[in-house]
Amino acid sequence: MLLMNGYGLYVWSAFIFTLFSFASLYVVIKAQYTKEKNKFIAKFGTLNPERAAFAKSQSINKEILSNTSSI
Amino acid sequence: MFKYFELNKIFFITSKAPKYVLLLFIIVLSIGLTEALLLSPEDYKQSHSVRIMYVHVPAAWISLGIFSIITFLSIFGYIFKIRNFFLISKSLAPSGLVLNIVALVTGSIWGKPTWGTWWAWDARITSMLILVLFYVIYLVAWRIYENKDKVFKITLIITILGIVNIPIIKYSVDWWNTLHQPASINILSKSSIHVSMLFPLLIMTAAFALFSLLIFLMKYNTELIKIKNKGLDRL
Repeated sequence: MLLMNGYGLYVWSAFIFTLFSFASLYVVIKAQYTKEKNKFIAKFGTLNPERAAFAKSQSINKEILSNTSSI
Repeated sequence: MFKYFELNKIFFITSKAPKYVLLLFIIVLSIGLTEALLLSPEDYKQSHSVRIMYVHVPAAWISLGIFSIITFLSIFGYIFKIRNFFLISKSLAPSGLVLNIVALVTGSIWGKPTWGTWWAWDARITSMLILVLFYVIYLVAWRIYENKDKVFKITLIITILGIVNIPIIKYSVDWWNTLHQPASINILSKSSIHVSMLFPLLIMTAAFALFSLLIFLMKYNTELIKIKNKGLDRL
């Protein structure tokens, strides 16, 4: 099964390259997401209570803050 | 109609969807890999090297599909002034680019045992390489230009120029003599591929489509949070 009549090297390298590309893209995109989200949380923390209350009145901001679980 | 494109409502859905899409992707990919590597038969001519088809073809199909969607959304976004369409397009591009590269690299790996060469400047392969360049230019344009109106115009032009390449890729094997074989699967006529190979191919295509959806959702959420970050700066 591993050797595949001499084609194993080609088949396995094609599949490994594909899965590696997928994993790399996933990691990069997830890192970008985490970075932006942390930036958002940090900025939110610096707002004074009045502005924070105003910002929190927007449902999307509430959603970002509440959705702390990672993807 | 456009009230459905409100970011608040969209984010409510897109922020929750990735974990379910990831789970579904892992399940479908596991089935697809089992089918592609273990259960599907070897080809009478190409032997086991035919298994490369199960990653090469879905990657090529979906990268072409994504570029077509990006172009469609960019045109409609520009005509109807729906900025969200540009955001969706931008979020689709990374997975399109990676799948395009996967199609080229796996095609090259497949080419060595089949044609005896890693690379040939034939019409299909060259036009796929040109598509990679369009993806790269498209993504670079988003990085370079700060002005939103300017970037919308420039990315629109890039996609309109790039979409000309899509039918060239599709019909290159019919219009020119290429090393690349003609299409084995036709929607309008009978496909020449056996069902025992078609089934894993379709499962792998579904897995790749789910992966694209997953990356799109994650990237789109990132872009929405970026917008909100700018909103907090203005407070």
